Amino acid sequence: MSAGAALRAFALVFLAALLQVGIVSALVVAGGAPDLLLVLVVVLALERGSVPGAVLGFAGGLVADVLTLDTLGLGSLVLTLAGFWAGRYGETVARSRRLAPLLAVGVITVLASVFSLALRYLLGEEVAAGHVLGTALAPSLALNLLLALPVLRLVRKVVGGPAAAEPATEVEVVV
Amino acid sequence: MVGALVLLALVLITLSVRSGPDGPLGGVQSAGATALRPFAVAVERIAQPFRDAYGWVDSLFGARSEAERLRAEVRELRQRAIQNDFARQENEYLRRLISYRDGPRFPAGFRSVAAEVIGRPAGEFTQAIVIAAGSRDGVRVNDPVVSADGLVGLVTRVAPRTARVQLLTDQSTAVSAIDLRTRASGIVRHARGTRETLVLDRVRKRDVVRVGDEIVTAGWRAGGLSSLYPKGIPIGEVTSVGQTDTDLYQQVQVDPYVNFGGLDAVLVLVPRERGR
Repeated sequence: MSAGAALRAFALVFLAALLQVGIVSALVVAGGAPDLLLVLVVVLALERGSVPGAVLGFAGGLVADVLTLDTLGLGSLVLTLAGFWAGRYGETVARSRRLAPLLAVGVITVLASVFSLALRYLLGEEVAAGHVLGTALAPSLALNLLLALPVLRLVRKVVGGPAAAEPATEVEVVV
Repeated sequence: MVGALVLLALVLITLSVRSGPDGPLGGVQSAGATALRPFAVAVERIAQPFRDAYGWVDSLFGARSEAERLRAEVRELRQRAIQNDFARQENEYLRRLISYRDGPRFPAGFRSVAAEVIGRPAGEFTQAIVIAAGSRDGVRVNDPVVSADGLVGLVTRVAPRTARVQLLTDQSTAVSAIDLRTRASGIVRHARGTRETLVLDRVRKRDVVRVGDEIVTAGWRAGGLSSLYPKGIPIGEVTSVGQTDTDLYQQVQVDPYVNFGGLDAVLVLVPRERGR
């Protein structure tokens, strides 16, 4: 990932965190709101790989945690893992699949909700599990899926297409 | 690399939870929030017309399912210039806020700090808002927050220029309250499995509560201790009352006066005797 692309990716993540906190969280439809930051991190990770995905996820989560005065590190942990898993999926089987962004966003939205819920429970916070998983998850999932392809197009335009495979630097001769 | 990030996130969570908002990490977070505040405010300003438009479309859908009178009202509203309409609404909201602050229902012993709502945490885990007022404005943790309609919640974290307000609809919020008509007392908390419904819990069976009764904060004082909320702040209206033979208490459902999804500005109640 070139320095310019990395800078543009960080700027996108920063902007997405601001938009998420300022606007997107308030767009509640049928009990759930979209998570633009999560969708962006997943798409960036799919396009650029697991390590950039994890780093961008960590940074995005940190900005969101600071902006909302939430428990510091909570959003970072969830988005670091989301970015890493999406990146690994992109690096292994997803490259040739057209529906990979939708699949990754869908699965990771569900996993991130469950993981966040579990983390908050472990930290002793009172969370409405029934509301999060029963009422809000389905609309959030649908809204995140709606965002996935436009965000993918935006990422390709601003940051660039998928990272090229690393050229081999060593050759191992197996006898 | 990824392992290090995960470890760092876990360390941040541990320090954040253990040291609390007043710890060293809380200071760093506050400084970060202060640094990012101009961006958040800028996004809020840019977002306001879009949020208004969204609210307008949302209300339009709701109005379609209501009576013909509301449909006509919506058609009339649609014809007006949207920006002018929302400027009027905002003006009206702020006027009501000021009128509440200067009116007889404003709690004695408190001054108000008006603050714009600049953020909402992502996800459905917490019911909270972020406001554009903080410790520099005299806001402290546990200060009650109200709107012109009634009780909004409680300040749970404070940075120099921003603060986080836990809403009344959050799972962990509980407020001592009374029925204004019959003085029946209980605890208002969030109704499980719903987004914005409240229940008045712990109401004894012999106490009288009727549908339509107004529920307000109790504001108790016992010895050196007192409730975080001043007495008499409206919370909501009783929508249903029920009891079973097996339950110890009545089941009282309360519809909050405050529209928690549409908060644009709030008042933080700062005790006068504490000063700045």
